[in-house]
Amino acid sequence: MGARQRYHSNAACPHPNPPPEGEGAKTMTALLDTHALKAFYGDAQALFGIDFSLTQGELVAIIGANGAGKSTFLKSLTGLVRAPGEAIRFKGEPIGGLPPGDIVRRGLAMVPEGRRLFPSLSVEENLLMGATAARKGPWNLQRLYALFPILAEKRHQPGTSLSGGQQQMVALGRALMSNPEVLLCDELSLGLAPIVIREIYAAMPAITAEGMTVVIVEQDVTMARQVSRRIYCFQEGRVSLEGNSADLTREQISQAYFGMEAAHA
Amino acid sequence: MLETLVQGVLLGGLYTLFALGQSLMFGVMRLTNTAQGDFIILGAFAVIAGVSLTGDVAPWLVALAVLPVAFGFGYALQRYVLNGTLGKDPLPSLVVTFGLSIVIQNLLLELFSADPRAIETGGLNTQGIALGDAMSLGVLPLIVLAIAVAATGSLQWLFARTALGRSFRAVSDDREIAELMGLNAKKVYALATAIAFVLIAIAGALQGMRTTVSPSDGPLLLLFAFEAVIIGGMGSFWGTLAGAMILGVTQQIGFRLDPGWGIWFGHIVFLIVLVLRPQGLFPKTRG
Amino acid sequence: MTNMPPPLIAVERATAASRAALFAGIALVLVAASLPWWGESSWMREFVEIACYFIFAMMWNLLAGYGGMVSIGQQAFFGFGGYVMLMLGNFAGVNPFVAIPLGALAAGLVAIPVSFVAFRLSGGYFAIGTWVIAEVFRLSFANVSAVGGGSGTTLTALRGIDKATRESTTYWMALACVVAAVALVYLFLRSKRGLALLAIRDNEVAAESQGIPVARMKLAVYVVAAFGAGLAGALYFVGNLRISPDAAFSVNWTAFAIFMVVIGGIGRIEGPLVGALIFWALNKFLSDYGTWYLLGLGLMAILVTLFFKQGLWGYAQQRWGWSLFPTQRKLLHAPGKPAR
Repeated sequence: MGARQRYHSNAACPHPNPPPEGEGAKTMTALLDTHALKAFYGDAQALFGIDFSLTQGELVAIIGANGAGKSTFLKSLTGLVRAPGEAIRFKGEPIGGLPPGDIVRRGLAMVPEGRRLFPSLSVEENLLMGATAARKGPWNLQRLYALFPILAEKRHQPGTSLSGGQQQMVALGRALMSNPEVLLCDELSLGLAPIVIREIYAAMPAITAEGMTVVIVEQDVTMARQVSRRIYCFQEGRVSLEGNSADLTREQISQAYFGMEAAHA
Repeated sequence: MLETLVQGVLLGGLYTLFALGQSLMFGVMRLTNTAQGDFIILGAFAVIAGVSLTGDVAPWLVALAVLPVAFGFGYALQRYVLNGTLGKDPLPSLVVTFGLSIVIQNLLLELFSADPRAIETGGLNTQGIALGDAMSLGVLPLIVLAIAVAATGSLQWLFARTALGRSFRAVSDDREIAELMGLNAKKVYALATAIAFVLIAIAGALQGMRTTVSPSDGPLLLLFAFEAVIIGGMGSFWGTLAGAMILGVTQQIGFRLDPGWGIWFGHIVFLIVLVLRPQGLFPKTRG
Repeated sequence: MTNMPPPLIAVERATAASRAALFAGIALVLVAASLPWWGESSWMREFVEIACYFIFAMMWNLLAGYGGMVSIGQQAFFGFGGYVMLMLGNFAGVNPFVAIPLGALAAGLVAIPVSFVAFRLSGGYFAIGTWVIAEVFRLSFANVSAVGGGSGTTLTALRGIDKATRESTTYWMALACVVAAVALVYLFLRSKRGLALLAIRDNEVAAESQGIPVARMKLAVYVVAAFGAGLAGALYFVGNLRISPDAAFSVNWTAFAIFMVVIGGIGRIEGPLVGALIFWALNKFLSDYGTWYLLGLGLMAILVTLFFKQGLWGYAQQRWGWSLFPTQRKLLHAPGKPAR
């Protein structure tokens, strides 16, 4: 059978994001989906028709080389890049063309590439900015400080005076403060040492524990396979591969990553 | 010499009020309002008109009534006119504000003629508090200084301790990410300008009380405001106050040396500061 | 012997319309040069004034549109050129007509130390900084009694010449200055240096990384623009015969330049020309209305900036593809057929 068959768990190494039990898994309606999504920067086309779907509680990874369109895709979802009205649907409603503020208020938040903390704001103030569009939910300052104690220590320092990994925690926390239903993470591991990357991803279970849906864009393919349930591979603005992380082989991923062939597992 | 210093500091109080609005608008949205001085004069004339239209109600009350009008005006101006000029290119905002400057000056000329006017304060502008035998401090300048310090402190507090101030700082750091957080940048900008215009109205009212105003006075006030901001260093309201003080003292020293060279001396000191320390004397470094 | 096949990509630098315009322009200049023999003296005086506006606006356009430096202080060089011309004429016995280019040269030279100060700033604050510098010029000259201090003085060096000769010579001088200024800017922008300027305007950092000496080029543009402003100033006061600090260093000069260029289109070479013509027409018919006229100009500048971001001429260029002074190079896929 293909990659869409049910995953059989290995009890010795439980998958961090197993699919829900029962046949109902296949018929769940998508929380977020895109249909033939195209994106442009001026005259240059970055996305050539992306079909993507996300069900509640999943952790999906998007991998691909630089310039493949991964960040552009996330920016389209959050409204930073213009998308046509019907191309993106979130909780059944079209959100293409809405301003970013509206989208985050509906429950779709992003940790931007490169962290992009506000230099003039302290750690705590950066986190509070995330609460501008605060929705009801479990995430607040205390909970974040419990998850990342180092931030509590440095809460009044300027955001950009922290180390790379700590800044990533702030960026992640900032997005969580709005209590989103879907969290998009653009290159969490960018520029960070492996030990720091592991520390950050160690926080993932706490984030997904209450059913938050997460999409991560990752350069680190191994990490992506480890933590995610499904993987999309982007190549030059198109989806070159899609399937369950456990079922895809290294070879399939390499081919799709570098674009030998459009592979459909 | 001490008297010159003191007069300079008092003058600096007024210049602070000229400059705070400019510092605010530039700080939040990198917008240079070349009509700053003209709006100040417009504020003064608004109070003058208000006083004569209401049959000589106390100018303080009229000034207070002008403040919310200024707030609304600034909000609308930013929202519907100036927001469209923001961006990498400084030309559109410069041309539009320059155009506004011309429009205001000529409108005031039409409505009020070129004669200098003043806001009557019942002698307050001539009252003084004697300090020993040698010196007398004007009551009105002292009030102006007090208002200037209060305004600076309030702005500083607003920026550092309130959610709105946080929004200002965030949107000026990174507009895109601020919008990602849910801020409506257009409205935040409009609020910043609204507050700036309240400061402009206060400055205008006080200028009109302290001395006479005429429709073409605007540009010179703009230059003073600008010099105060640059000397003090951008990014800091207390810096703007310090810069205004230095400018005031410098001008007073210049007037002392030769009445014809007072303002010239202020300009020269400004240019020297610009060459020697372009970031200003008390800049706030940004990440 | 084989012929080389026609190149697949050719570079086209002039449109048919522009070639026609060049010939028309030359003819126009020749006709204009003959004006003193058949025209009224008031026309000549008006032309001199418009020429000054136009040259000043064209130089402001060069600085802002191509150099990327918006200045509200170019009047410093305008007045400086005027005063230097007057001082050379009145005190050094130099023929004022000869003193015009000398005044321009002086303005260009003084721009170098001025740039050390002005270039400390950028964007909107650069603009106001240049205004402060212009004010320093004004106040300085207003305190020099040798040139009449605050009330100014007259150009005595032309006293001996009869009116008709003076007016015709001034007129030809103005015509020559206009042709020279247009040719200078046009050729400059078509050259490699012009391309470099456009690159700098679009993206300074990228241009620097391509080896373009950004700082030197900006200084070059600033000096050239100052030279041009000084030329316009010296010419103006030869025509006007009287100079004063308020007239010489008034910010209105820059205001008018802004109007002309913004209405005609920033960064386009025909812009100041179209703008000057419109400005002249408005001046002629409406300046009696004084404040309302200026108010209207201000409103027009605001509305054009907000709604016609390319200026009126730029709008026409986009809409109908008009171009009289092409400084762009169009890429053709096959000779004779435009790419679009």
